[in-house]
Amino acid sequence: MLLQIEDLHARIETKEILRGVNLRIQLGEIHALMGPNGSGKSTLANVLMGHPSYTVTSGRILFDGKDILETDPEDRAALGMFLAFQYPVEVPGVTVGKFLKRSTEILRAEKGSFNVTRFIEEVRSLMDTMGMDRSFINRYLNEGFSGGEKKRMEILQMLLFRPKLAILDETDSGLDIDALRIVAQGVNRLRGDRFSSLIITHYQRILEYLKPDKVHIMMDGRIVLSGGAELVGELETRGYDWIREEVQV
Amino acid sequence: MSEALTLDIGEYKYGFAFPDRSVFKTRRGLDEEIVRTISQLKNEPEWMLQYRLKGLHAFQRKRMPNWGADLSDINFDEIYYYAKPTEGRKERWEELPEEIRATYDRIGIPEAERKFLAGVGAQYDSEIVYHNIRTDLERKGVIFCAPEDAVRDYPELVRKYFGTVVPFNDNKFAALNTAVWSGGSFIYVPPGVQVEIPLQAYFRINLESFGQFERTLIIADEGSFVHYIEGCTAPIYSRNSLHSAVVEILALKGARVRYTTIQNWSNNVYNLVTKRAVAYEEAVVEWVDGNIGSKRTMKYPAVYLMGPKAHGEVLSIAFAGKGQEQDTGGKIVHTASDTSSIITSKSISKDGGIASYRGLIKVYPNLTGIKSHVVCDALLLDPQSKTNTYPYIEIESEDVSMEHEARVSRISEEQLFYLRSRGLSESEASLMIVNGFLDPLVKQLPLEYAVELNRLIELEMEGSVG
Repeated sequence: MLLQIEDLHARIETKEILRGVNLRIQLGEIHALMGPNGSGKSTLANVLMGHPSYTVTSGRILFDGKDILETDPEDRAALGMFLAFQYPVEVPGVTVGKFLKRSTEILRAEKGSFNVTRFIEEVRSLMDTMGMDRSFINRYLNEGFSGGEKKRMEILQMLLFRPKLAILDETDSGLDIDALRIVAQGVNRLRGDRFSSLIITHYQRILEYLKPDKVHIMMDGRIVLSGGAELVGELETRGYDWIREEVQV
Repeated sequence: MSEALTLDIGEYKYGFAFPDRSVFKTRRGLDEEIVRTISQLKNEPEWMLQYRLKGLHAFQRKRMPNWGADLSDINFDEIYYYAKPTEGRKERWEELPEEIRATYDRIGIPEAERKFLAGVGAQYDSEIVYHNIRTDLERKGVIFCAPEDAVRDYPELVRKYFGTVVPFNDNKFAALNTAVWSGGSFIYVPPGVQVEIPLQAYFRINLESFGQFERTLIIADEGSFVHYIEGCTAPIYSRNSLHSAVVEILALKGARVRYTTIQNWSNNVYNLVTKRAVAYEEAVVEWVDGNIGSKRTMKYPAVYLMGPKAHGEVLSIAFAGKGQEQDTGGKIVHTASDTSSIITSKSISKDGGIASYRGLIKVYPNLTGIKSHVVCDALLLDPQSKTNTYPYIEIESEDVSMEHEARVSRISEEQLFYLRSRGLSESEASLMIVNGFLDPLVKQLPLEYAVELNRLIELEMEGSVG
């Protein structure tokens, strides 16, 4: 089991947001996490990556069988976890190239000595894949990027770092159809028996491209319903209310 | 979460000291006898002695500034105002006493000289102990020497310009410098001569409770160019030292002078310096002023734009760490039409440090075509640290384009988390953000100094957790 979340409770300041999350993801699987606004999906993503603003009050997170609750974000990244942020932050003065080079050096340390020429070629080709102008390598990280450009930059990093688990926090929100397809293609490129993903989304559309193995519905800080891809269609036609009634949250 | 390491003073790389082996030292404190002794020791002409005494009286008369950094801890009676480390000045490093030579080796000056400098002066306590200039520059008539030697060898130049840019009674610390000045640099660049490779002076304090008062005078004759760089360090002592320099620059018609400072005094040094330039018609003066060290710094490099189309620029970088107060900025005075100026200030405060920008843009009456642009950016690394901005603007003409921008930012938790989620440790993430903040400015430094500055910032940031 790659990711195992057991009865996870977490709060920000005094407000409890996660109230007993259980979730298991096998290596090689794509899971979708859906749910109404405020149900705790983004909190779960941030808690998984170790955001210092959140406090885990009880429960466990096992990654590759290891309890990571006390693990720093940078060490979680080194273990193979990746979060594509919903709102990637701007870092003025730090170029995309410099940032990617340093992160790649750290996160791919086990893959032999770092070759800068090959790295630049790789980044350029990934930029082509993501439909980004190559000049982005000299721009300051996320500064002045449009919403779509920021999301593409997140997926580009995912492709570069090749994590075992990529958590996509509403990466599809605000994307036009072309950008959405490019993002989905990015995930599909890594798909295989060494890659898993947790796709947090509101929309059916990205899931048409990605075809998740499992779909989970989150409400009020818990996963209340899990099923196969067919759940997506059902949500699209019936909304969330029927689930609320069914599980009586 | 990793344990937060505090930046302890032991990380200052140049805090080492050697025993006091001065061949001569005045007693503690300052009076007329001490001034006369210094003058006599330097075999000065009477006019210089008289000028020193005017400085002394002004110093005694003038009050401490009632603004700026907290200077209440300075005790003028405790300080040694003059110490001669060795006899004579050498042109070869090998000829210096071993400890002095070892000092400069550790700082890396001889190596820098070999690699990318056209001339070097090295001051140890009160005297320039080493001085050298490339012979090709000498052949072109470039003078680069200790100011004492200039008083002896080029008295007409010195008398014409000394004290004309910063008068003896300009402020308390300029007056003090006038009274007891020793060491520094004298530079004269003949008309049209371009000194393509920088000249450097390095100032080292070795003694405790010491005052260093170098005096620098740079005259760039018409159409010439020179880049002068200064660096400075001192040992770490529990008692305070004082560094009060005066720098005067004259950029004559069409000349360009660039003056770069990487100030890295230890945290027991009061750094109270007066730096001023006059730029005549079409001349350009640029101050690049990096303040990393010291306990308190008060320094506002100034350019007086005296002729049409003159341009003045100040790039100020300040880093205020624990116990430090950097009160820095720039001053531009437009006295002629079609003159332009830029002040760019970037400061970083951490561990309770205080960084203040203090600047003045002044435009005289009845001028046209004046342009001025001021940008101050401050970055706060933690909630204990402080930043202040004091921009003074006095404009008496109508045809003036003046822009002023000021920004304060903090390293945000979101930035740190983002970079950490990409594998960077918290301290590396902070450093990356700080370097990014400085990047637009550091790019303008000569490569070697950009590297040096980045390294210093890195040392200051070591173990710092935002």
